[in-house]
Amino acid sequence: MALLEARGVNVVYEPTRGTRIWSVRDVDLTLEQGEFVGLVGESGCGKSTLGFALTRMLRPPARLTGGTIRFDGTDIAGLDGEQLRRARRNGFALVLQAGMNALNPVRTIEHHFGDILKAHARPGDDVSSGGIRRRGTELLEAVRLDPAVLGRFPHELSGGMRQRVAIALALSLQPQLIVFDEPTTALDVIVQQAVMDTIKDLQRQRGFTAILISHDLGVVLESTDRVLVMYAGRIVEDQPSRVMAHGLHHPYTEALLGCYDDPRAEQVHLGGIPGTPPDLSLPNTGCSYEPRCPLAEEICRQQDPPLFPLAPGRAACHVRARAAHVEEEAGRAR
Amino acid sequence: MPGNGVHPTGQPAPQNEGGPAGVPPLTVSGVSKVYHVRGRDRRTVTAVDDVSFGVAPGAAVGLVGASGSGKSTLAKMITGSERPTSGEIMFGDVSVGRLHAGGLRSLHHRVQMVFQDPYGALNPLHTVEYAVMRPCQNYLGMSAKQARERVAELLETVGLVPASQFAAKLPHQLSGGQRQRVLIARALGSDPELIVADEPVSMLDVSLRAGVLKLLAELRRTRGLSLLYITHDLLSARLVTDEILVLNQGRVVERGQTKHVLQHPTHKYTVQLLDAVANPFAADGGRPDGSTQQPAR
Repeated sequence: MALLEARGVNVVYEPTRGTRIWSVRDVDLTLEQGEFVGLVGESGCGKSTLGFALTRMLRPPARLTGGTIRFDGTDIAGLDGEQLRRARRNGFALVLQAGMNALNPVRTIEHHFGDILKAHARPGDDVSSGGIRRRGTELLEAVRLDPAVLGRFPHELSGGMRQRVAIALALSLQPQLIVFDEPTTALDVIVQQAVMDTIKDLQRQRGFTAILISHDLGVVLESTDRVLVMYAGRIVEDQPSRVMAHGLHHPYTEALLGCYDDPRAEQVHLGGIPGTPPDLSLPNTGCSYEPRCPLAEEICRQQDPPLFPLAPGRAACHVRARAAHVEEEAGRAR
Repeated sequence: MPGNGVHPTGQPAPQNEGGPAGVPPLTVSGVSKVYHVRGRDRRTVTAVDDVSFGVAPGAAVGLVGASGSGKSTLAKMITGSERPTSGEIMFGDVSVGRLHAGGLRSLHHRVQMVFQDPYGALNPLHTVEYAVMRPCQNYLGMSAKQARERVAELLETVGLVPASQFAAKLPHQLSGGQRQRVLIARALGSDPELIVADEPVSMLDVSLRAGVLKLLAELRRTRGLSLLYITHDLLSARLVTDEILVLNQGRVVERGQTKHVLQHPTHKYTVQLLDAVANPFAADGGRPDGSTQQPAR
């Protein structure tokens, strides 16, 4: 059974009366138990908002306006207060980009573990100072930090170490789902690689389900099983990570792939994506990528494409869907 | 005041059109920076350890390394906001380490910085026009009217067109890439000879980086500027620099022509940096020659 099944998720920001920004539009998403899924797109495409919606972390002016989110059998979209708190315990956790800066500067790391473990303690849990120290040591070792870090204050740790602490805190209640929102964007390349390696290993060993939100397709492809590409509030492509470097994709995905090259190559070419994403406060007709798309045709201006099959996954593109269809027909004729 | 600095018309100096002849070289010789850590144990940290290099007129040199390699400390010393503990930094015939108020001011006329965080470097209450006008008024002594005209030109130079529309915007109305272009326009405001760019694209979306990097490369070519490019990203260093120095813990561990160093790294730290570059095609050992390549538009 799928761990998370979201249907028709919509999120609207209402910063002032009368202004509505449709940040996430009709997103359907299914996460299997133990899957590691990447969510990729440019700033403002709604990827973080979707991550927040799925973990029910949205705060006004953002509002979930529709859809169901079945997590482990319960629809969490309608939960509130104590019920939501119960669903969160052992349910899901979030690691943020600036999460490392959310640590309390005047408390030791041990204190942070104590806060979480005590707040969510169940009868029989050992929340004595010895128990917290034991559990903290275990968690810090899991994220490859020296247990001596327990006695340290956040300012005594480097950015990479603080981000590891944030991951250890997210792990402390043994969640089934962890959403990593740009966990390494604030770190330099070498530290980024080390932290991503830790996340990958933890995910494999512990078998939790994970969502990695990032603007960096390169980072996402190196660690995930499946990639969802978001554009203007919608998922425009859903593919296994291993096929991303090959074959036909949504033109937006192809443009994202064009933003990378090997610095060792004889000739280095770096593409960008000209133009800007559409204004999400205006209703759209047609495909939202159409104004920037090199393949755009008449139908793209008129109809917003749903996710069509594009083997082995799906892509929301009229042109690619037709190409895939033609190929399939040709295959059948042979 | 340096003789070739002031251009009352606000136009680029004549020598800049023909080539980099008027731009003086930057020479860093044997520079070290030692910080004293406050506290009981009185530790010292050597952030930069005996570094020497030069940036020839019109050249683009990259300083690459991870956090703590000393690259930003070097940038601060070159722009005069920190002083070297030992060694000397010369920009033409000016010794940067010895400058005080007036001297620093004339240095900043000629050397400008572009910082990493385009979100924190613009005053949220002032328009783009105001941000870019200030250096024109402060360093070139322009009237507000002249400065406004120059702002329009500069915004066009950095690709923010139509300039009149962007001039009136406030920072929050711009994307990260557009903000970084404003910061580049502001750096160009004083008509500098050297631009020190400290991680100018690392906070931008991957899709916006190419545009800003191309802009830097183009400005160097058309204005004859020298460029010191600081980054941990070897791909961007490859695109904008001719020569790189790889720094690790304050020391230069490898240096040479950018392409050569990246293709034939000799130090293990350089290899480590290369391996850390995120590349979706890495698993295949390179970019497939097929359909996933996006033609440049």
